[in-house]
Amino acid sequence: MSSGPTTDPQATAGAAPPTRRSTELALLGFAVLITVVAQAIVDLTVTGALTTELATFGLWFTALWAVAHLVVRRWAPYADPLLLPSVALLVGLGLSFIHRLDLAARQAGSTASREDAPVQLVWATLGLVLFVAVLLVLRDHRLLSRFAYTLALVGLVLLAIPAVLPASLSEVNGAKIWIRVAGFSIQPGEFAKICLTVFFAAYLVDKRDVLALASRRVMGLELPRGRDLGPVLVAWMLSILVLVFERDLGSSLLLFGIFVVMLYVATERASWLVIGLGLFAGGALIAYQLFGHVQQRVDSWLDPFEYYDGSGFQVAQALFGLGTGGLFGAGLGGGRPDQVPVAKSDFIAAAVGEELGLFGLVAVIIVYLVLVERGLRTSLICRDAFGKLLAAGLSFTIAWQVFVVLGGVTGLLPLTGLTTPFLAYGGSSLVANFVLVAVLVRISDAARRPAAPTGPPRPALGDAPTEVVQT
Amino acid sequence: MNAPLRRVAISVLVLFTLLIVNVNVIQVVRSEELRSDGRNTRVLAEEYDRERGSMIVGGTEVAFSVPTDDRLTYLRQYDQGPVYAPVTGYYSLVYGNVQMERAANEVLAGTDERLFVRRLADLFTGRDPSGGDIVLTLDPAVQQTAMAGLEGVTGAVVALDPSTGAVLGMASTPTYDPNLLSSHQPAEIRAYADQLDAQELDPRLNRATDARYSPGSIFKVVVSAAALAGGDYSPDTVVPAPDELVLPGTRTPLENFGGSACDPSGRQSLLDALTVSCNTAFAQLGIDLGEDRVREMAEAFGITGEGMEIPLGVAGSTLGEIENDAQLGVSSIGQQDVQLTPLQAAMIASAVGNDGTLMSPHLVEQVRAPDLSVIDQADPDELGEPVTPEVADQLTEMMVSVVEDGSGRRAQIDGVTVAGKTGTAENEGPDHNWFIGFAPADDPQIAVAVFVANGGGTGGDVSAPIAREVMQAHLEGQGGS
Repeated sequence: MSSGPTTDPQATAGAAPPTRRSTELALLGFAVLITVVAQAIVDLTVTGALTTELATFGLWFTALWAVAHLVVRRWAPYADPLLLPSVALLVGLGLSFIHRLDLAARQAGSTASREDAPVQLVWATLGLVLFVAVLLVLRDHRLLSRFAYTLALVGLVLLAIPAVLPASLSEVNGAKIWIRVAGFSIQPGEFAKICLTVFFAAYLVDKRDVLALASRRVMGLELPRGRDLGPVLVAWMLSILVLVFERDLGSSLLLFGIFVVMLYVATERASWLVIGLGLFAGGALIAYQLFGHVQQRVDSWLDPFEYYDGSGFQVAQALFGLGTGGLFGAGLGGGRPDQVPVAKSDFIAAAVGEELGLFGLVAVIIVYLVLVERGLRTSLICRDAFGKLLAAGLSFTIAWQVFVVLGGVTGLLPLTGLTTPFLAYGGSSLVANFVLVAVLVRISDAARRPAAPTGPPRPALGDAPTEVVQT
Repeated sequence: MNAPLRRVAISVLVLFTLLIVNVNVIQVVRSEELRSDGRNTRVLAEEYDRERGSMIVGGTEVAFSVPTDDRLTYLRQYDQGPVYAPVTGYYSLVYGNVQMERAANEVLAGTDERLFVRRLADLFTGRDPSGGDIVLTLDPAVQQTAMAGLEGVTGAVVALDPSTGAVLGMASTPTYDPNLLSSHQPAEIRAYADQLDAQELDPRLNRATDARYSPGSIFKVVVSAAALAGGDYSPDTVVPAPDELVLPGTRTPLENFGGSACDPSGRQSLLDALTVSCNTAFAQLGIDLGEDRVREMAEAFGITGEGMEIPLGVAGSTLGEIENDAQLGVSSIGQQDVQLTPLQAAMIASAVGNDGTLMSPHLVEQVRAPDLSVIDQADPDELGEPVTPEVADQLTEMMVSVVEDGSGRRAQIDGVTVAGKTGTAENEGPDHNWFIGFAPADDPQIAVAVFVANGGGTGGDVSAPIAREVMQAHLEGQGGS
């Protein structure tokens, strides 16, 4: 471990920790290799021949991560080496499965449907451009806290736009979470989620001392003062509004969950979790009573086969796919993942489970776990409170989203409209999550960077690094 | 903030573990249940991914799978579909599979355990396992002639090889085109099925095996056999043959066909009674023999009420309940509740032709693995010996007389002695017309039963000519080979 390759020949004193960039490069190479092999298998199994597109794709995909790696090496050399390869593997697998479903659609003779994999590759490229931009522009993540309130406003506006727009411009499959302009569909909620997480982090770092004040103990819990309940109530109202006006259970659950967990991390008061859970349960109960679409979701969650001809069809088909896949799966290109409606976006995990089997799906879940735990580790070792909380929030965002989506697809939770991060087809989600990871990479670079990254080596490095606050 | 952070990290681990456990439950514990759910079309799609085996008749594939470009890899096609439909059945996305497609499904789909060794090899060589082929016993000339003969009428023809029980022909009309039910377009399949449903008589019914009809006078062969087998009757035994027979315990007079006289004297030999198909003589004969002897002989010929598999399912033929002598009399001329499948009728002729030994009817000559190696060969199987060779000779003599001098003249073939028996059965509509027989009489190569539902004429007029064509087609083919 300690004998990792050093890229900085000046750091021979052993004082500077290894950057681990070569580890990242090797892992990225592995992710790219898996992706290209997966694509080749898909082509061979479904069409029986390899195409020149595969070569183009392979080069393009390799170039993307080569650029990403070089940018990280130059501008965030101490970043966690596992973040980028995890993302690369997920994006690559996602592209392979989208390509596989494209081929299935082509076979089914539906000439109307365009090929989605090339579009997704363009989105990934755009995501990578933003990733690079974030690393270049945002040289210190703490800068973000300065724009906390601006970002909060941007986040709220993004969140509110689909609710305000007429249904023709914002509604797809019953959820009003889109902005559809000129043939493009954007899910602003995906970006709002990042803006609001930044705001939450800045706000909570600012107010954590107040919010941590306890009024009294009830059953071992230190309850906060009544007047401090304001922020959590606002977040709760916000998510209820999203649920009511955009009929989007997923975003609602996501936002509220992120806020409550960040509140808990910031204040170290478990009572916030209990209050949050209570508020959520109450809200969910009321929503269930009041709204038909929520009842429908819950009913078809409890027994998808009962509602096979209607709302349970998707989940039932996903379960059929997963069950048929079994332990080892039907093999890439060997299953019928196209039988599940919207397999490319919401239900891509079902396609993975059907063709790669239990082993493949669990592997994907574990890659997510690695990504999230590396993010949380970044948070643990981060030296500034804002960075700590932001890294925790962003990591938990991914974890929570993956849990809610996969839980929905596998019947563990009611179905939500969330997309599987990095894996699923969808430009907004992909691009937004690239930005999210860019911020995480930036924080992890700061966290792992030796206290005095520049200047001549000082003798007293053993001293505990003091936090430098640049304001 | 590190303490709660660690707890969050552990919570994430727990959440993901939940996901993994749940996926395990679905993909391992519930896998079989989900896989075999009828609404899961993946298994069907998997079936369409394999090259389904062919059905072969006379060296030609009558049912086979061809690769396609669409989502279901293989398309089932039928050569001369309407001609072989009663045997092949169809292989439908919407309606499942029927007839041989169903009866031989395991071999055709490649799931039969006899193909297992090969499939294991496929596993290692990475080839898609394909199904085995079924070589049918059908004679194409017989099948085509039979279907042509039935054109325009509702009916069935069954032809058997008397010495082996091999089914040489199995025709049923009206027929349908199995190609149209086996396409990959559910909408087209349903449209065609609706069209078939709209017809008065369902073309998808195989009338040779799945339907039973009153046999009428062809049943007199069974009653004759019962009489001769006891040794107390010979073809020359003179039996009463009145113009009218008042059934015991009733005032209902039983007449001969068309009210005609069998013999001016009111008596005639058994041979003459069969030749002119005398109703009164056979009704009385049946009553004289008693229910037990008639029923025992009927059962020996296979009329047991129980179905069988050849491997197509065959409905059981039955005598029905016989409550008194009046009913026994009517049953003895093949009316009352006597109900035979055309296949059963052919089995009667076949047993007589085969020196009294009834061979088990079968449709599969060979089962072949995809590499054409034979993994099963039909082994002729005796079902029983309803009559001795001597009685069989006597019955043959009587049946030859029917064709030479009696009601079955139109079944005569130049240069070949034909044995047969006609039948004209009363029912709710116009009479059913039957003919059973075999040829050549001294060394039978083919036994047939021809059934025309509500033909309206007599068995001799309507069915005997079809039987002649069918037998001739087979004999000519035999001569040529």
